[in-house]
Amino acid sequence: MAEKKQVIVRVKRQAGPGDRPHWEEFQLAWRPYMNIIICLRDIAENPVTRDGKATTPVTYDSNCLEEVCGSCAMVINGKARMACSALVDHLDQPIKVEPMAKFPVVRDLGVDRSVMFENLKRMKAWVPIDGTYDLGEGPKLAPEAQEKAYPLSRCITCGICLDVCPQVNSHSKFVGAAIISQVRLFNMHPTGAMHARERLDAVSGPGGVQDCGNAQNCVVACPKSIPLTESIAQVNRDAIKHTLTNWLFG
Amino acid sequence: MRQPKIIVVGGGLAGLMATIRVAEAGVPVDLFSIVPVKRSHSVCAQGGINAAKNTKGEGDSTWHHFDDTVYGGDFLANQGPVKRMCDAAPGIIDLLDRMGVMFNRTPEGNLDYRRFGGTLFNRTAFAGATTGQQLLYALDEQVRRFESEGKVRKYEGWTFLSAVLDDTGVSRGICAMDLKSMEVRTFPADAAIFCTGGVGAIFGRSTNSVVCTGTAQGALLQQGVDYANGEFIQVHPTAIPGEDKLRLMSESARGEGGRVWVPKNPADSRAPNSIPADDRFYFLEEWYPKYGNLVPRDVATRAIHKIVYELKLGIGGQQAVFLDLTHIPREVLDRKLEGILEIYEKFLGVDPRVEPMKVFPGVHYTMGGIWVDCDTQATNVAGIYAAGECEYQYHGANRLGANSLVSCIYGGMVAGPAAVKYSRGLEKGTESTPAPVFEREQKRQQGINEALVSRQGAENPIAIWKEMGDWMTEHVTVTRKNPGIERADAKLQELLERFKKINLSDRTKWSNQTLAFARELENMLILARVITLGALARNESRGAHYKPDFPERIDTEWLKTTRAKWVNGKIQLTYESVDTSLIPPRARRYDMAK
Repeated sequence: MAEKKQVIVRVKRQAGPGDRPHWEEFQLAWRPYMNIIICLRDIAENPVTRDGKATTPVTYDSNCLEEVCGSCAMVINGKARMACSALVDHLDQPIKVEPMAKFPVVRDLGVDRSVMFENLKRMKAWVPIDGTYDLGEGPKLAPEAQEKAYPLSRCITCGICLDVCPQVNSHSKFVGAAIISQVRLFNMHPTGAMHARERLDAVSGPGGVQDCGNAQNCVVACPKSIPLTESIAQVNRDAIKHTLTNWLFG
Repeated sequence: MRQPKIIVVGGGLAGLMATIRVAEAGVPVDLFSIVPVKRSHSVCAQGGINAAKNTKGEGDSTWHHFDDTVYGGDFLANQGPVKRMCDAAPGIIDLLDRMGVMFNRTPEGNLDYRRFGGTLFNRTAFAGATTGQQLLYALDEQVRRFESEGKVRKYEGWTFLSAVLDDTGVSRGICAMDLKSMEVRTFPADAAIFCTGGVGAIFGRSTNSVVCTGTAQGALLQQGVDYANGEFIQVHPTAIPGEDKLRLMSESARGEGGRVWVPKNPADSRAPNSIPADDRFYFLEEWYPKYGNLVPRDVATRAIHKIVYELKLGIGGQQAVFLDLTHIPREVLDRKLEGILEIYEKFLGVDPRVEPMKVFPGVHYTMGGIWVDCDTQATNVAGIYAAGECEYQYHGANRLGANSLVSCIYGGMVAGPAAVKYSRGLEKGTESTPAPVFEREQKRQQGINEALVSRQGAENPIAIWKEMGDWMTEHVTVTRKNPGIERADAKLQELLERFKKINLSDRTKWSNQTLAFARELENMLILARVITLGALARNESRGAHYKPDFPERIDTEWLKTTRAKWVNGKIQLTYESVDTSLIPPRARRYDMAK
C-alpha cells in the first residue's frame, strides 16, 4: 500500500511584538482541496511539531475564508497572499508560512494593519451624505461609470499591496496603493467629487502619491485584480494639477 | 440633561447602521467587534438586496414584497414588523445609493434589479455578486466619518463576554475581552445593541464566517435574554463543499438564468457539456413549473436532497448536482456574477463559464435568534437590544433570498433610535450604578478564564467543535427525525461534560486564540441545545423545519413562536402566538402561482 500523503508546513512563530521569531515544522495528513487555513486548524487540533514537541496553536487572522474579508493575508512560500485561497496542491513543500513583513507582528501570523484604516480616515474615504433620513434617490450614474468604479470598491484592505511595495518600509510614511485607489474611487463618485480637493490635499501630503516608486508590484500581487497602477497614475495627475492650481491661484 | 452612552456589539450591516443612527442622534457610541468591522461577515452576502421599487413595470409593490416574505416564511413571522421592513426597503436602497454603493445600472443610469427566489418580480438591487461587501463598505465608511469626528469609538479586536446586570436585572454595560492583551474589562452603557450575526459555526461547516459562532447569543441566554425560533436554520441549496467552509454560490446565479440539473443516468461518464438535453433532469423546473429554479431555499434544498439521497441521482453517485451557467453569455456573467465565479475558479480550479458547477446544500442562515419586541428591537432584559441576523423577527420559518441585507439594515435603523429613546428616558443612568456591580462581573469573567487555562484534561476544543458540528449537521438540518434529534441532544450534553475536561494547550497571556475559542465553544454548545430541543418539540413541518414523520404544517398546534428561556441553569421552552392580522395563513406551494 502506498504511504499516506503528507503535507510539511514550516511556520514562523513569534510569541509577541518584542520577541524573537523562530520556525516550527509540522507534518499533516494530506486531503484534497486542502488550503493553508485547514493546515493551521490541523495544527490547532494537534499542536505537536514534526519532531514530536508539544507547542501552542498558531495565532492568525481569518474570517470569511473566501477571499472577500481581507483577514488572512500572510506570506506563503515567499509570496504575500490570502491563506484561504492558497491551495496546498499548488504549493511546493515544505510550505513556508510567515507573517507579512511590513506590519507589526501581534503574534505568529497575526499582524496589526490598523494603519490602513487610519489612512482611510486621513483621506476622507467616504461619500459625505447629509444624513440617513429620506432625501430621495442618489445621483444617476452611467453603466460605464459604475463598471469603472466597482472594481475599485472591491478592495478588501488586506495589505498585500503594501507588503510587496519597496517604498513601504520603516523609514517611510507611504500610504500605499490601496489607499490611493480609494481616493480615486471617492473622487469618481458624483457626490464624493464635491470634496475631491480635500482628498487631493491629503494624498499630496507626506507619504502621499508622490512617494510611489513605480515598481508596480502592487498590481501584480493584488488578490482582487484591482487596477492599482491605473489608480495611482490618475490620482498622481489629479494631485499635480491640484497642487499647481493651488500654487498659481492660491 | 445627562448625556447617555450606548454600546453596539458587532460591526456588520446591522451594527453599523445602528451605530450611525445613534451617532446621528448625538449620543456617543462604543462599537465592539471581534474583527475590524470592515471584515465582518456581511461581506459574504452576494446576490443583492430586496426592495419593491417596481422599476420594470411589473406591478410590484411593497405589499407584494410583504406577502412574498410572509408566505416564504410559512407564516411564522409576526406580520407587523415584516410589513414595516418591506415598506422601508425602497428608502433604504435610496440611502445606500446616496452613500455611494456601486449598484449595477440600467442604460438610463438607474439601479438595475434582478429576480431572486420565492418571488416572480425583479426586486433585487445588486452590486455585481458582492452586494453585501459593497453595502458593508458604504456603512463602514460612514462610521469611519463619525469616528473621525469623535462620535464613535471603535473597540476592534475585542470579544463580548457578558452583560453587566445590576441588582434589579437591568443591563448597565458589558464585559469584554481584548483579544491581544486578553484583558477583561467592563464598559458602562445605558443600552447595548447586539448585532452579532448568525450561528453557522454550531454546525461545524457552513457558509458563515469564522466569527459567526453565536457566542454572544449563548452568553446572553444564560443571563436571562430569551431566544426565539432557534430550530429554524436555513440550508442554502447551492454551496461548494469544502473542509474548512462551504462556499456559497449565490441564488443570483439562478436569478440570472442559471439552471440546476443532474444527468438522468448518474453513471453517465460524458463531460457535462456533451450530455444532450434529453439526458438531463432539470428537476426543479419539472417539479415546480411556476417558480422553476427560483423556488425558495428550503424547497430547493429538500429537492436536491431527494435527488441525491432518495432517487440516488447525484452526479456520479456523489453528493452533488450541477448549477449550470454555461448557456449565459460570458459578458453578462462577468458583469453580473463575477465575484462568485471567481470564488469557484480559485477554490476548485474550474471555470464555471465553461463547465457547470458542482454544488450541494450547506447551512447558511439563522432565522431564529434573540427574542425582541416588535416595535423597538428591545429584548426582555431592560437595556439590551438586538438587530440583524442574531434576532428572530423578519423571516419566520424560512428567509427569502436578498431579504437578509434589508432586514439587517432595517433592524439597525429601528434599534438605534429605540436605544437612544430608552437611554434618554432613564431616570438614573449607568453612571449611578455602584462600582461593585461592574467589579463582580469582571471578576466572574476573569474567574472563568482562569479556570479554563488551568484545566489539565485531555479534550481538545477543535475536536469537540467538530464533533458538535457533525452531529448537528446530520440530525438537525434538512431532514429531522425525533430519534436522531434526541441522540444529538444527548451528544451535546456529553460534549458539555467533556468540555469540563478541556485542555487549551496554550496557557499564554497574549493573543491566545485558543482561550477565546473555548469561551465561544461553551456558548455554542448551549445554543446548540436550544436549536435541538426546539426542533425536537415542534412536531410539524414548516419552512426550513422538515420532519418526514410530521410532513404537514399544523397551524392549529404550531402556528406559534418558540421562546427559549434560561431557568435555574436549564433551557425551558415556552410558546407565544404569532401576529397574522394582515395576511391570513394559507397553504404554501410553489408549483403554481400563489
